[in-house]
Amino acid sequence: MKHQIHLRIGPIMFRIGSAWAGPVKRLNRLYQAYPRPLVAVPNFTVRLEPSSPLRRWIRPNIDIRGDFMLPEAQPLPLAHGVLAAEMAMNLQMALGQRRYLLLHASMVERDGKALIMTGLSGAGKSTLSAHLGERGWRFMGDEFALIDPNTGHAHGFPRAISLKNEAVDVMQTLVGTDDRFGPLLTDTPKGTIRHLMPGPDAIARMDEPARPALLLFPRFGHPPAIRSIGAAEVFMRLTQSSTNYITLGESGFRALTQLVHQVPARAIDYEDSASAIALVEQLWADLA
Amino acid sequence: MTRAASLLAGVLRAPEQAAHLSVKDWTEVITVARAEQLVGSLAIRLAGQKVPEAVRRRLNDARIALAHAQTQARWEVEMTQRAFHSAGYPVVLLKGCAYIIAGLEAGDGRFVGDLDILLPRRQLDDAERRLLAAGWEWVKADAYDDHYYRQWMHELPPLIHRARDRMIDVHHTILPLTHRLEPDAEAMIRDCVRRDDGISFLNPADMICHAVAHMLADGDLAGSLRNLWDIYQLLREFRHEDPDFDKELLSRAARHGLTAYILQADRLAAHLFGDGRPLGWRDRWFLRCILARDGWGKKTYPITRCAFYLRAHMLRMPPLMLARHLFTKWRKG
Repeated sequence: MKHQIHLRIGPIMFRIGSAWAGPVKRLNRLYQAYPRPLVAVPNFTVRLEPSSPLRRWIRPNIDIRGDFMLPEAQPLPLAHGVLAAEMAMNLQMALGQRRYLLLHASMVERDGKALIMTGLSGAGKSTLSAHLGERGWRFMGDEFALIDPNTGHAHGFPRAISLKNEAVDVMQTLVGTDDRFGPLLTDTPKGTIRHLMPGPDAIARMDEPARPALLLFPRFGHPPAIRSIGAAEVFMRLTQSSTNYITLGESGFRALTQLVHQVPARAIDYEDSASAIALVEQLWADLA
Repeated sequence: MTRAASLLAGVLRAPEQAAHLSVKDWTEVITVARAEQLVGSLAIRLAGQKVPEAVRRRLNDARIALAHAQTQARWEVEMTQRAFHSAGYPVVLLKGCAYIIAGLEAGDGRFVGDLDILLPRRQLDDAERRLLAAGWEWVKADAYDDHYYRQWMHELPPLIHRARDRMIDVHHTILPLTHRLEPDAEAMIRDCVRRDDGISFLNPADMICHAVAHMLADGDLAGSLRNLWDIYQLLREFRHEDPDFDKELLSRAARHGLTAYILQADRLAAHLFGDGRPLGWRDRWFLRCILARDGWGKKTYPITRCAFYLRAHMLRMPPLMLARHLFTKWRKG
């Protein structure tokens, strides 16, 4: 395709082609701090194409295509090119990843140990991981945690953090400088979105796996509380948050049961970021 | 024909050619193979060949996906067997599922989407009742689409299982009822291979006749690279087992009115995957459409593909009926 960029995020390499220069230019800027991948065969190919030939020029919109596709995916306006690329990469992972057990989760690390946060959409796992990433934790990803079935280690997928609605202002105030942010995208299917580049440490160490140490199920909008959860419920929740658990068959089952047996799990309720961070630090200290 | 698609065909034909591929070649070959549902076949074919580490991992991913797809296909076959328990008529497996269950080389590396079965037309009502009772549901609620299938097509409207989310296509003839050719489906069912465990599939000659009719006499050649690879593998295995196989195949093809298509499929398969014999201009035009995908996995040659789309419809229906059908579809948007 006319415009293209190769991106490596953790152990996964993407080849992204675009019919327009714009999305590739913005991706280049957003991902400028990432290592340029060596020449290698990528894991996935992604195409950002007009949904019909006319749509390249007139009210241009982007269809998300690639190695793995969903027939009912809605096209996005050209101005949302960065979001289209993010969704396209997520889709390849969700439908095509076979090497790692995939958990729909955010993840941060400290002292070689990983804190994995998973929950329903809107539970705040993305925002929480962004907060912790600015407070001495290494950010490892806000979308997927990759569990290696052979070692049980968690590998990061630290692509640009997709901040939504109120989280945009909060993180802009916290980070201060503007040069780690992507363009502000308004009126997307998920509201207002702005991408935040992970800190230098997160990018420099993105190849370092970590040992899962705590599974957290956060829930937003309730008075602060910590609850324990039984192993069976943890297992069921994780099968629901994994997009490839069934496809991996026996190795997926082994990886997941091992994770549930070896890693403590807690559910937390919180009202605001401050209470969530306090609960996380308290739990982490109790574990040590 | 694009360079990327030709490279893929070349590696399937001669795996040792893999040694000459660059990183860019590999990237494109794997992309095309994924788009054409041939990445499983590629992985099986390249087993034991020296390939770059990144390629080895991509092919390993394909093997994992393949194992899952084939397990799922076998389970769908089992579920269907149960639905048709003691039905008293054969339920003949078609296409990918048949190749896998019959243990044919064409089944190695084969991804299977829907399950296709063939049964006697007079048993359709019974089959429909059994499938609905066992948890399958109609996919299309549209009355015109339903009418279209029942009046003119060679299969029931597609059914999907409500718990397992898997589709089944129930065929009662080989080509649409409106098609000018009428392969003898009754004979195919009568002469099918019926195993002791209740599984049935077409006999070797009919299996090839069906694959060829599906690829060349019906449809616009979408997915035809894989269909041709299926046909090549089937021909090679059956010829190896029976030196007189071609005689049987041609006599069967004549009975079904498919002789010209069988000869053409054999030429195309030999050109692309076998001895590389040269093709005439008409076959080369088909080949251009079979290999119409670029290194990004995108379909190319829109004019050629459009021509084959029109050809498919003209083969399927007389012109007036076609006009009425396209008008109805257009009016419905």
